[in-house]
Amino acid sequence: MKKTFFCEIVLSLSLLLGLSGSLHGEIKVGLALDKGGRDDKSFNAAAFLGATEAQNKLGIKLKTVESSDDISLEPTLRTFAQKQFPLIIAVGFVQKNAVERVAKQFPKAHFVLIDATTDAPNVRSIVFKEHEGSFLVGALSAMASKTHKIGFVGGMDIPMIRRFQLGFESGVKHINPNATVLTNYVGSSSEAWRNPTKAKELALSQYNKGVDVIFSPSGASGLGVFDAAEQMQRLAVGCDSNQNWVKPGLVLTSMLKKVDVAVFKAIELETQSKFQGGIFDLGLSENGVDYSLDEFNRKLISSEMESRIQTIKSDISNKKLKVPDYYLKMKKAKSF
Amino acid sequence: MMELLLSTLRLSTPLIFAAMGGFLCERSGVATICLEGVLLTSAWAAATVTYLTHSPYLGAIAALIVGGFTMFIHAFLTVKAKADQIISGVVVNLIAAGMTPLLTKLLFGSPTNTKAIPISERFSSTTLTVVACLLPFTLYALVYRTGLGLRLLAAGDGPEALETSGVSSQKVRLWAMSLAGMVIGLGGVYLSTAHASQFTRDMTAGRGYIALTALIFGKWRPIPTFVSCLFFGLADALQIQLQSNPIFGHTFPVQALQAFPYIVTLLVLVGFIGNAKPPLAIGK
Repeated sequence: MKKTFFCEIVLSLSLLLGLSGSLHGEIKVGLALDKGGRDDKSFNAAAFLGATEAQNKLGIKLKTVESSDDISLEPTLRTFAQKQFPLIIAVGFVQKNAVERVAKQFPKAHFVLIDATTDAPNVRSIVFKEHEGSFLVGALSAMASKTHKIGFVGGMDIPMIRRFQLGFESGVKHINPNATVLTNYVGSSSEAWRNPTKAKELALSQYNKGVDVIFSPSGASGLGVFDAAEQMQRLAVGCDSNQNWVKPGLVLTSMLKKVDVAVFKAIELETQSKFQGGIFDLGLSENGVDYSLDEFNRKLISSEMESRIQTIKSDISNKKLKVPDYYLKMKKAKSF
Repeated sequence: MMELLLSTLRLSTPLIFAAMGGFLCERSGVATICLEGVLLTSAWAAATVTYLTHSPYLGAIAALIVGGFTMFIHAFLTVKAKADQIISGVVVNLIAAGMTPLLTKLLFGSPTNTKAIPISERFSSTTLTVVACLLPFTLYALVYRTGLGLRLLAAGDGPEALETSGVSSQKVRLWAMSLAGMVIGLGGVYLSTAHASQFTRDMTAGRGYIALTALIFGKWRPIPTFVSCLFFGLADALQIQLQSNPIFGHTFPVQALQAFPYIVTLLVLVGFIGNAKPPLAIGK
């Protein structure tokens, strides 16, 4: 408790000091990242990238705060609002409750909530169809696999990661119905997002069972999966941000959640005074999710694989191909 | 089967280093809930120095120094300044959890992780695992078969008796704890430069506390503690194997298996399985 209190004081002080000087004409944007931090090479990193791009191109005044623990999220948002930031961006589903409370208190401020939804009219909730992106990388993994065994190492066992898993599995089966998918989760507490040692162990055990491609939506723990891929010289698939460069030649592709694009767009709308609240569910057709292809994985993906993926992409966009959604499945299961 | 064994050894290694450090420290009469913090600072030092100097050996030396120093803070607070041992341990853990991301941010521009170390500049995890397996026997010989070791035991069980024979129990504790810090430091080396390729924030993920549990489970003796570390490692490894292998079409509830070692420890603590007695002078 003491630690938290101390953190809050330090946080508010640093915010006060940092913000007092910024009273020029530009629009002030507050970016509140969650525990992952701006260099998680993944989700928060993407949000930070989008916001910095907006700072360079749109001339906004950006203030970024990283929270060391979940309890300091709400004070951060509140301080932004009290300092009359017109646009406040909260990254991560852990901020949902904090945003709901602060948005109610400050109805004039505009909020962007990434990865969770809320009904408040001054909040733009942005969520992603993770299952569609996972389906794509699942299909690619099945094409690249020689052993027909594919691995999945999830971070914390929560519905969102189950959604990744279901999409990924159906992508694999779409290409090769006989392929098997081995599934492991790092854990059932938030420690699972930052336990690369355990994730590496899980990946090694899968590789030893003959798996040759592993997809790992597990935050910072995913770095352990890349280490295992390096040790065994097999393939891994990145998540959220483009992680192809982390181990060049060993990362088959990355499932992209285009948080950067969504953040940039939200800021752009704000500068044009066209901010819109509501829920935005971004999938393949909205260019919210994708797979990555660059100089680091060019050699791993043949032109044949690329064209097959292109077909799948347009089929999903045209609703010819339906990707099962874990959330819907859960809703149906509950209604029984 | 072979794979299960190797996985067990890999998962036990950091626990063994931390628990052996805890053994030295607690047997000299000071409670060490700061194993986690020492593990964290030394892991950070190993990764940072290895990345900057391209030498895992310099990284390891740095980890030993930093580990020893972190433990020395705890030793100074408890032995010299007579602070409460639990509070001092918590302080050290908090300092470690706060300082490592801060220093990482200052050096690498981001608080979450240091830069990755190429595989050619890392330790082979096998070497460190072998060291970890030999360590308990070495410590057993050192503590129970040498005069120095007996002084350490005396500092933990009857410091007054030690003082009567003209040996300063404070000095014994300071030395024992600095050595303990270095032993734990090897665990840090293993975590960030042998098993993983960089330091990530809070990467110890509670291993220091598990090691402390193993020490209690091993009744504060080196060989049984070693065995209980292996037992904890085995439980983790089994859990990993069972997760992806459904038995009769049903996946085993892994949480139950994860909790098993702790339930056994609890039974040991309340005295159902043998009797675990801490060193007499601990906490005083």
